[in-house]
Amino acid sequence: MTEGLIISIYIFVLAAFVGVEVISKVPPLLHTPLMSGSNAISGITLVGSLIAAGEGHAGLSVIMGTIAVVLATINVVGGFLVTDRMLKMFRNKRRKED
Amino acid sequence: MNVISALSYLVASVCFIVGLKMLSSPKTARRGNGFASLGMLIAIVVTLTDQKILDFTFVLGGLLVGSAIGMWFALRIKMTAMPQLVGVLNGFGGGASALVAFAEYMRISGDADLTVWTGDARLDVLITLVLSVLIGTLTIVGSMIASAKLHGIMRGAPILYPLQKQINAVILLGAIVLGVFFVLDPSLWYALIIIAGLAAILGVTSVIPIGGADMPVVISLMNSYSGLAGAMTGFVLSNNVLIISGTLVGASGLILTNIMCKAMNRSLANVLFAGVGVDYDPSSQPAEQRSVIRYTPQDAATILESAQSVVIVPGYGLAVAQAQHALQELVNILTQRGMQVRYAIHPVAGRMPGHMNVLLAEANAPYDILLEMDQINDDFQNTDVALVIGANDVVNPSARHKKDSPLYGMPILNVDYARTVMVCKRSLNPGFAGEDNELFYNDKTMMVFGDAKDTVTKIVQLMKN
Repeated sequence: MTEGLIISIYIFVLAAFVGVEVISKVPPLLHTPLMSGSNAISGITLVGSLIAAGEGHAGLSVIMGTIAVVLATINVVGGFLVTDRMLKMFRNKRRKED
Repeated sequence: MNVISALSYLVASVCFIVGLKMLSSPKTARRGNGFASLGMLIAIVVTLTDQKILDFTFVLGGLLVGSAIGMWFALRIKMTAMPQLVGVLNGFGGGASALVAFAEYMRISGDADLTVWTGDARLDVLITLVLSVLIGTLTIVGSMIASAKLHGIMRGAPILYPLQKQINAVILLGAIVLGVFFVLDPSLWYALIIIAGLAAILGVTSVIPIGGADMPVVISLMNSYSGLAGAMTGFVLSNNVLIISGTLVGASGLILTNIMCKAMNRSLANVLFAGVGVDYDPSSQPAEQRSVIRYTPQDAATILESAQSVVIVPGYGLAVAQAQHALQELVNILTQRGMQVRYAIHPVAGRMPGHMNVLLAEANAPYDILLEMDQINDDFQNTDVALVIGANDVVNPSARHKKDSPLYGMPILNVDYARTVMVCKRSLNPGFAGEDNELFYNDKTMMVFGDAKDTVTKIVQLMKN
């Protein structure tokens, strides 16, 4: 249905603008967590993987889907956890003197 | 997709955007990451309950195995291996996108028998299917090579071969042409496999000619690709949360890549194709033996004791020597004695954007003394001591005037404007650009040779007495 596709294109374009705006505000101090954090978000592909792995009949597509689930889950879980681990370490002088 | 699912996906997308927005300040960053992970959780739960899933066995098995491995990676990896980890995780995401595209193709082709096309697919689905396979495979292979180079499993120096640009162009063109054939006749299942193969080759051939020091740019670019692959999969599955998230990540990667290239004053094309760099070997000797005066940690401690203002320039060598804790201890001692001590972080110091910041944060350096180049560059002329540890190219004055240098035009930290410059290095050998550093031969530069951790620890001990 072309209308659905057009809407998706709208969303794609708007998302691109939002992305540029939001990410430009992240200071170089936090660029590493930004990379690992945005990388974790890209693990959203897990959503597609879950659907593919849950097809029902255990065919090649389900196997591919399952591998995709494993890979994407590693991406998501590993990504968010390591980002948190990094962000825990950032503290400023004021807190040090508490 | 029912209304509740669609709206929940929207909530998840909002969580991602808000989470990224909160990453703009160290005070809210950690919560922002939590928000984003909440969004991911919502998206996953909605997918699991949306009734598209008919059989949960594989799904749950996959989730459990993936979570366990992911947790192991995240909690056990050393901070110095962070760039490689991001590369690997990123590659996995790209690979997943490609696999999902394949699986979706098999589903719409009527599954079971691949030689019979009974499917009925829209043009946009087919196009984005090809793109997802192409970009996803390129991402996973390219990311693995980049991570291997960063981890030292593969040599850091560029592996050059003749007709590099042309070969890569031909491979890419071949994949696109095959993609067109496939879109016109979706029964050509093998075209999809060949496209994946070509993308994999491209992943190798496009990354191996890039030097180890430029890997941060590659990883950032791959990060962007994996986002793009996710967005393409979103078009294939008509799933808007995939499109939004993939696009956000794609934008993030591109912006960071751009920032890094600007900071090096090299175009992206130059980074990808010019083969800049040498193997990182801290013990090798430079070709030309010019003389420098060697100073001892004792000399360094004496100078530091009488300084009022100190600026420290960290580099990759600091991470390699794992000297950040000793260094911060030195900073604490100096600060207690009333000296002004700050860190100057060049945008491409280290192996990843923000690498130095993370390293120093791990050593409990308060982030308000971690300053960016633009904030601190004018202060060097009023600084008593500039202490360079493990950094090389980012403080090389050749970048200002030596037109044939690969560093020419790159903004550098003006350490040579300080009253005294102290450089901690293992030897005189060049940094990644393979360029001799004229800073070392400057009259006011004190070279303190030795392992950074040993040197700094000795200085700390001397200052305590």
